[in-house]
Amino acid sequence: MKVNNKLISIVVIIGLIIAASIWYGRNNGLLPVAAGDEATLYDGLFNTILAIAAGFFLIVEGVLLYSIIKFRKRKGDEADGPAIHENLTLEIAWTAIPTVIVMWVAIYSFDVYTAMQGTQDLSGMAHGGMHNAVAHVDHAAHHESGGMHSNSMTSKATLASSNNNGVMMAGVIPSEDSDVVAINVSAMQFAWVFNYTDEIATAELHVPVGKKIRLNMNAVDVLHAFWVPQLRIKQDVIPGRETYLEFTPRVVGEYPVVCAELCGSYHGGMRTTMVIDTPEDYAKWLKEQQEIASNDPEAIVASRPPSQMSEQEYLAGKVAQMGITSKK
Amino acid sequence: MTQTLTPTQSSTAGAEPQKTPWWEFFTFSVDHKVIGIQYLVTSFMFYLIGGALASAVRVELATPDSDLVDPAFYNSLFTMHGTVMIFLWIVPAVTGGFGNYLVPLMIGARDMAFPKLNAIAFWLTIPAGLLLMGSFFVGPASTGWTAYPPLSILTDEHVGQAIWILSILLVGTSSILAAVNFIVTIWSMRMKGMDLFSMPLFCWAMMATSVLALLATPVLAGAMVLLGFDLLIGTNFFNPTGGGDPVVYQHLFWFYSHPAVYVMILPVFGIISEVIPPHSRKPIFGYKAIAYSSMMICALGLFVWAHHMFTSGTPDWLRVFFMVATLLVAVPTGIKVFSWVATLWGGKLRLDSPLLFAMGFISTFLIGGLSGVMLGSAPVDIHVHDTYFVVAHFHYVLFGGSVFGIYAGLYHWFPKMTGRMLNEFWGKIHFVLTFIGMHLTFGPMHILGLQGMPRRVAQYDPQFAPINVICTIGALILAFSTVPFVINAVYSWFKGEQAPDNPWNALTLEWTTSSPPIPHNWVGDPVLATGPYDYGEEYKEDRQEAIAVS
Repeated sequence: MKVNNKLISIVVIIGLIIAASIWYGRNNGLLPVAAGDEATLYDGLFNTILAIAAGFFLIVEGVLLYSIIKFRKRKGDEADGPAIHENLTLEIAWTAIPTVIVMWVAIYSFDVYTAMQGTQDLSGMAHGGMHNAVAHVDHAAHHESGGMHSNSMTSKATLASSNNNGVMMAGVIPSEDSDVVAINVSAMQFAWVFNYTDEIATAELHVPVGKKIRLNMNAVDVLHAFWVPQLRIKQDVIPGRETYLEFTPRVVGEYPVVCAELCGSYHGGMRTTMVIDTPEDYAKWLKEQQEIASNDPEAIVASRPPSQMSEQEYLAGKVAQMGITSKK
Repeated sequence: MTQTLTPTQSSTAGAEPQKTPWWEFFTFSVDHKVIGIQYLVTSFMFYLIGGALASAVRVELATPDSDLVDPAFYNSLFTMHGTVMIFLWIVPAVTGGFGNYLVPLMIGARDMAFPKLNAIAFWLTIPAGLLLMGSFFVGPASTGWTAYPPLSILTDEHVGQAIWILSILLVGTSSILAAVNFIVTIWSMRMKGMDLFSMPLFCWAMMATSVLALLATPVLAGAMVLLGFDLLIGTNFFNPTGGGDPVVYQHLFWFYSHPAVYVMILPVFGIISEVIPPHSRKPIFGYKAIAYSSMMICALGLFVWAHHMFTSGTPDWLRVFFMVATLLVAVPTGIKVFSWVATLWGGKLRLDSPLLFAMGFISTFLIGGLSGVMLGSAPVDIHVHDTYFVVAHFHYVLFGGSVFGIYAGLYHWFPKMTGRMLNEFWGKIHFVLTFIGMHLTFGPMHILGLQGMPRRVAQYDPQFAPINVICTIGALILAFSTVPFVINAVYSWFKGEQAPDNPWNALTLEWTTSSPPIPHNWVGDPVLATGPYDYGEEYKEDRQEAIAVS
């Protein structure tokens, strides 16, 4: 009878722990709004792993607290505890169970990881998602096209992506029926520049809802990292290489674009906004940008390469408007 | 494990406690005990410096604007904080400090295998630390403790960055020398009758640590030399404008720096395995499992570095391999945690400061470990990489883990090292303040990171301000928590209650000599009377007999 009571207590406690963990996994509220398809996939994985972690947390912390209360030395008790050295069954169990769990987590993570990248070719050049390939700059072609491009970084990105199959090349305005909207991204101390075409370069990222977006990214000075917390995606932007990022925005709204890799003094100020537009708003915005560009190409300071810009131009044009106050 | 060897010769007869004169600590002493204390005291001073830098960082972050220091200097503050805490506090304290003091005593040796090398290793850390601190006068490095190129090559603080590189080279050399010394000492200087599996678990941990340090540190040294070339003489190993590859630096850096986490935590695992049994009066549960798990962590630890680079443009297959390897580290780590908890279960817990800190270690390290599993999953990592979630994670591991473990060790072995007891009341106050301060500082950072706050920023989105205020209050409590400890340690060292040779009735060999131990540790040959963890009511009589005979 006594044994049964003990067994029942253990079963009830484990049941409660599992229930509490699952509840916490589903109701943690730790992540910001999920604004893209990838974010939804991410949240499922995150919540599952969090629930497992919560279970282990409750078990171990529970045992520690119980031990402090139940097993603390009583006054005048100088006896030792029982001389238990090992228990093979128990040890095998607590080795095997975590092994199975982490392997399952690994498989689930891999599954989500590949799904987050869509149907990409994982074997080589044409892979998208959070990937990179060394930018192959064809110098001859680069010179030929030099006159057509407003800056060398843009042409480099365009050439690099033209080596890839199956996705729309950067530097081309996406048509209505295209699958992928490609945008060239240049990262520099301390600003993001988004090139939609050779003419359109903006400091704010606009993307149409529901379309697959492909960012072809390069850095002109040091490492940066492109991160939109609401999309749960991040990719380092590396000078000398081109890196890619693909995502499908789902929720119309404004979201922060953050640089996540230490890039110098004003790293904290390297922020801008990503606007997920309805298709109509996006088309309208793109048209506006084209008009601005055709009227006054020089209006977009950032479309020039940084080597032609003074530090003041960066800071005045990009950083100061982000609310940075400098003591210098 | 449970063998009771027949004592052959008296070990402690005639051993009078030997106080080391204060000036001895400022000499090129070759006594492993003096060197151990030199390491501990020096590294603790760097801990206070690193803590002061951290406090400045946190006060700056109390508001979203950079209004205390300018952003460039802010970058120097956290760079130096990270560098000091890792290279001049935790690594020297756990390996140089506890390792040097305890390993020879625990294996019944007179000293380390290479005493002079040992002294050289310690004395290399002093110029390294002074250089690093001196760089504040010329503009300290400001590119993070990782010093990723091209930023670290293009930095305005050229001199500071060069000093930083030199400093890391010096501590790296020190670490390599120490690692060689530990491996040879543990392998060849164990007393007669002590095989590998009757050696205390701290020695197992030191063995694993040393192997790891020996294999990984030279790679860091290589990376530093190449980075120095790029910075000072214009080579292009990592500089993309000249055809170099900054990602290669990351591979080299993390090949050392992830194992470095285990270099910091494995000895602490060893400390915890030594502290829990005597204070809970039970044998360590699963001795062999804990010993093997240290070696498993050592082996796996060499193959996880690229999980720091899931967003760096690493190929897919690499991410998958490193994801699986990283997640697998959870298994041996879990074995240790479960074994410690099982050791506590059913014991007679003496909830004094050493055990409080050890239990504090388990409870907080657990959180760091679990968030580590989350970070091991590549998709999860990609969102929170380089955010405050990561800051929270590694502080739970390195503060909740290493620092709590170091404190547990200090409270446990202080009587042996100084011949005096630490004051228990102030020890408990210290524990409570540290525990509260730690969770208040680092707990909310998980939320900050998940919500979208990147790390290493002086300015941040105002929506994160309230949580940052909580973190800053926690950090100030944490800073204040060191006060009772420092006063307690200094006062007790000189005026504390006299400690008996074995105040905890512990069974490892260091407790069989006087407190503090005499030069060369024992008068005669040390005697292995019991296994290191033969606690428990059933062994009590045997143990007393064996000790009486010895």
